[in-house]
Amino acid sequence: MITIGTLIAIQAIAVCGLNVIVGYAGQISLGHAAFFGIGAYTAALFATKAGLSFWASLPIVIAISALIGLLLGLPSIRVREDFLAITTIGINFIVEAIFRYVPFFGGALGIGGIPKIAFYGVRLKGISFFILCLVFLFLVIGLCYWLKKSWASLACYAIREEEQAASTLGISPVKFKLLAFVIGTAIAGIGGSLYAHYMQFISAGDFSFPISVGFLSMLVLGGMGTLWGPVLGTLILGILPEIFRPLVDYRILLYTILLLIMIRFQPGGLLGEGSAMRRIFEPLLRVKR
Amino acid sequence: MQGLIEQLLNGIAMGSIYALVTLGLALVYGIMRILHVAHAAVYTVGAYAGLYIFHGTGNLFLAFIGAMVLCAIMGIIIERFLYYPLMKYPPFVPLIGSIAVLLAIEEVCRLVAGPYIITFPAKLPFPEAHIGGIFISSTLMAVYCITASVFFILWYITTKTSLGLAMRATSQDISMASATGINSHMIVSITFIIGSAIAAIAGILVGIYYNQVYPTMGTVPAYKTLALIVVGGLGSVPGAVVASLLLGIGETILIGYANIPLPRDALAFIAMIGVLMWRSEGIMGSSR
Repeated sequence: MITIGTLIAIQAIAVCGLNVIVGYAGQISLGHAAFFGIGAYTAALFATKAGLSFWASLPIVIAISALIGLLLGLPSIRVREDFLAITTIGINFIVEAIFRYVPFFGGALGIGGIPKIAFYGVRLKGISFFILCLVFLFLVIGLCYWLKKSWASLACYAIREEEQAASTLGISPVKFKLLAFVIGTAIAGIGGSLYAHYMQFISAGDFSFPISVGFLSMLVLGGMGTLWGPVLGTLILGILPEIFRPLVDYRILLYTILLLIMIRFQPGGLLGEGSAMRRIFEPLLRVKR
Repeated sequence: MQGLIEQLLNGIAMGSIYALVTLGLALVYGIMRILHVAHAAVYTVGAYAGLYIFHGTGNLFLAFIGAMVLCAIMGIIIERFLYYPLMKYPPFVPLIGSIAVLLAIEEVCRLVAGPYIITFPAKLPFPEAHIGGIFISSTLMAVYCITASVFFILWYITTKTSLGLAMRATSQDISMASATGINSHMIVSITFIIGSAIAAIAGILVGIYYNQVYPTMGTVPAYKTLALIVVGGLGSVPGAVVASLLLGIGETILIGYANIPLPRDALAFIAMIGVLMWRSEGIMGSSR
């Protein structure tokens, strides 16, 4: 139970990062697992080769993730929508291939022996690690809340809805798209770092393209651009496989069919604009006010 | 030299098969602006259907026809129940739906046929050829002949018939085409029928070429063909064909001769990013 909860919390952090890119700036990304992986590999390398602790390496991990996000974001900004989707898929495949085939990254064997996180000399495991992940999740949600309220987010929304109109108002689409990309990948880096220290062993397969699809499904299911949507989506898609566990063979099939029904009838997500949940709960909220 | 030519011939065969799958994707993208990832699932089903009909009847021709009909029906179902209702949403909504369909169909194949590799022991009735010490097997000949005839038929339909005219009109502007009296939904369905039937042919050919059919055989083509339609120019059918042939040849030659440390499947995406940087409308796309 704690394991599932911890993993859900870590994934929710990554999905929040994706939400900044996709939900706030409207930049579709199907390569988020690559950035999650970059964070995890950076943390793992600093921990095993340089002997840095989680806390010492965290700022470096965030900086490196953001930097790589910036570098990979630059070509992505040139292209739009469908092209962007395919480009990010491509980035995911290439990053995974590099992790798998370059010996520096452990090759096919991955990197093992990553130490657990210590907090004032106490090694965190089980519940305490779960709580640490929750703390980070809330920090990230707080950051997202602040972003949503800030002027940058308003500019991002404007770009998402109508890029040309926004640029005539003096909002630089390139600047804000890149900003969203960098913040999103930096958050993914935090998630990746936590993941590496929790699993203690990572390999290229953990950051392959299906994981990216999973992240995006979680986001779409929960509702893009909403504050709690990513968390809700991750929670649902994280718990579902556990519920279906007794149905061993039909598990993935049921999961995909549910996703299909969801996307077919509720494309805005559970908490998105015009969704069933909103329609039911919004009048109630209005009455209260 | 002889080795190089044989590699080249294999590369062309690989490229032809890529082209058959990519064609459907380019057609669908051209008309609906949807990235039809589930196309690779249609192709997997085509391979399985062909295999089972071949085992049941022993007739390869029947296997091709049966698989094409089945895949065409599948294409229509996907179009009617998933893509058409989702067309008004941003493009990644149908894209995620499409990926979900791909995974679901792969699972169905795994549950029905089992997770293991099944061999496809069919012999294609095409002659072998020896030209100056270079041997072309009957399978290679079959791949060349079938692909060439598919391309020719498709070229004929799209450029010489009124159906082709309607298809081109719909792909340029779907609402304008409807305004001039074209039943555009019908045209979209026909596009899916054609694309899916060609995917069935590709599925069977791959099955025979590698002598194996397995549930996840569509996974790598699913995303590689996406890269290919980008390189070719989104929605450009000739561009997609040229890009596929180039990739087939490039992959075979590079893997055979140069020891690059990356897997062959990453090559398509590297080429794609290169093309996007250099000429973002693709090698044969028109800049819009």
